[in-house]
Amino acid sequence: MRSRSSDPLYCGVDVGASSTKLVLLDEDREVRGRSIQRSGVDYAATARACLAEAIDAAGAGAGRVRRTVSTGYGRRNVGFADDARTELQCHGVGCFHHYPSAITIVDIGCQDNKIIRLDERGRRVDFKMNRKCAAGTGAFLEEIALRLDIELEELERLASSTSEAVRLNSFCTVFASTEILSHLRRGEPLAGLVRGAFASVVNRVAEMDRLDGEVVLTGGVVAHNPTTARIFSDKLGGEVKVPPHPQFTGALGAALIALAQEEKNA
Amino acid sequence: MSQETSAIKKIRATGAMREVMAEYFAELDEAAKTGSEKIAWCTSVGPAELLRSFGFLVYFPENHGALLGATRMAADLIPAATAAGYSPEICSYLTSDVGSYLSKTTPLTRAFGMESVPKADVLVYNTNQCRDVQDWLGFYEREWGVPMLGIQTPRSVGDLNAAIVDGLVEQHKALIPSLEEISGRGFDIDRLREVVASSHRCTQLWRKVLRLAENRPSPITFFDGTIHMGPAVVLRGDERAERYYDVLIAELEERIADGVGAVDDERFRFYWEGMPVWGKLRDNAEQFAGHRACVVASTYCNSWIFDALACADPFEGMARAYTEIFIVRSEEFKQQYMELMVRDYAIDGIIFHDAKTCPNNSNNRYGLPLRLREQIGTPFVVIDGDLNDLRLYSEEQARTQFEALVEQLEEHPV
Repeated sequence: MRSRSSDPLYCGVDVGASSTKLVLLDEDREVRGRSIQRSGVDYAATARACLAEAIDAAGAGAGRVRRTVSTGYGRRNVGFADDARTELQCHGVGCFHHYPSAITIVDIGCQDNKIIRLDERGRRVDFKMNRKCAAGTGAFLEEIALRLDIELEELERLASSTSEAVRLNSFCTVFASTEILSHLRRGEPLAGLVRGAFASVVNRVAEMDRLDGEVVLTGGVVAHNPTTARIFSDKLGGEVKVPPHPQFTGALGAALIALAQEEKNA
Repeated sequence: MSQETSAIKKIRATGAMREVMAEYFAELDEAAKTGSEKIAWCTSVGPAELLRSFGFLVYFPENHGALLGATRMAADLIPAATAAGYSPEICSYLTSDVGSYLSKTTPLTRAFGMESVPKADVLVYNTNQCRDVQDWLGFYEREWGVPMLGIQTPRSVGDLNAAIVDGLVEQHKALIPSLEEISGRGFDIDRLREVVASSHRCTQLWRKVLRLAENRPSPITFFDGTIHMGPAVVLRGDERAERYYDVLIAELEERIADGVGAVDDERFRFYWEGMPVWGKLRDNAEQFAGHRACVVASTYCNSWIFDALACADPFEGMARAYTEIFIVRSEEFKQQYMELMVRDYAIDGIIFHDAKTCPNNSNNRYGLPLRLREQIGTPFVVIDGDLNDLRLYSEEQARTQFEALVEQLEEHPV
């Protein structure tokens, strides 16, 4: 790895509904800095704060950022971005960087899910987003944690502590919460309920589209709850891949696009 | 940068269209206030020609539904219908119209100076669109105590065979005694032939308007079409509609001759399957134009082309014309139809609008998008929304999906 203190950096910033992720890349496509913060209500300020934090992590100056591409729901709110691309494109590019073959990407975010199919050259063949309801998203797990009165961080520990999932039937997040309360009244174990909630997320996502070929899982839900990947793998009857730092895949893709645009313009 | 840069181009003929529409509504208003002429309410692809032949002024509640959507009044009015027992999951034209009536407010006041919708002397439906139209008119039947008549059309029709046509012809003829009694006029076959012939001419002109979009760049967008179809919807069978389309066609042909597109620097061409999102028409139009993409064709606008009205027998013509339309047909027919559309209009991608309260116009629900893509390779997106109830429209997801489809076409043209 080269270490040149004046080399340009390329920035990708993914302003999601829940958190903002930012990645700084150098010309060798090495990650030099990374930052994540709650998106809050001021997307522009959060993106700037993420940039400052990542620049610190990279030990660089702001002047080294040559080009920025933004993505995510708040992509149009990033004042310092040179371009905005959809999260569909950025997740595709980010995943193909790690797995350069024909892949099916499943991104489970806080408020939406995406299935993106790439061909062997990394070109998007098709894509699908979930319907607007929160079933199968991170927001569902947040609601469940609230209902069960446990910290979000506890979900993974509980779900991984058992192999017995309590089945949840409801599509709707609100109804599923009510269903969980009725299970609690019947004395079902907490860990089984949480694992059931994870399985519910996986089931909702798996029914969005046909999942064939090599499957790559990304997004905050997988990053914070690796057990969802194991449940997914069991459901598909085969291995699913999880890239390093799966929550940053969109930001990484955006940074890679920024670099590619710069190379094209050079 | 994938940002929106260009604007919607105004069609000059819009002024002439507004005059035609204003005249139409003024006549209805006058008749409703004075009783000078009888008024028939007719569902959009109902037997309007037959009604006109009896001298009825014909009012189309779906047109009012679209106005309620386009003016974004619907979301405020639907709750009034819900409170009166109409589910928010049934047709939002119905619920917004019933809500409008119950709330004593209508966009016709601001647009045309009318205090209310014109009260009907008779309500006439054709279930070719859906069952909801019958329930919709049923509300007014109970409210006003006026007669309701109707045509029951079979659904998922593949081969439009003689048995189906004969049955529909008989249903149309069975309306005659009631219409004679309500109108106070005897049935006049010659008058019906005249009206049907005018209606056919109007529909052929409307087809010409839509087919001009085969040109590249297209002189007209789907979003323009949803506005300019007004006369074809409410005045077919009336020569004023024909005269209007002569004006519109001349302007569009001028655009073609001058190489002027409805969208600047048209790059991509889309097909819109399903209902418009009326309250987001302008936003949607601007978004596509901003990406230099033109929605050049749609099922919706094509649904007012009635070739069969050319039949020698006007009853057979109406029976066939109102049953040949896309919404009545089988999945196989729909797929073949869309394959032809994609070919004729050189379509790059398809937008399927899954309208929550309009299942019959949401053709993504039985696997058609995937079958179509497997057959002809055209990429598509499905957006969740509704014709009128904006509470059911997921704006950011729709926007992201449009953009993502454009990005996909940029990197991987069909």
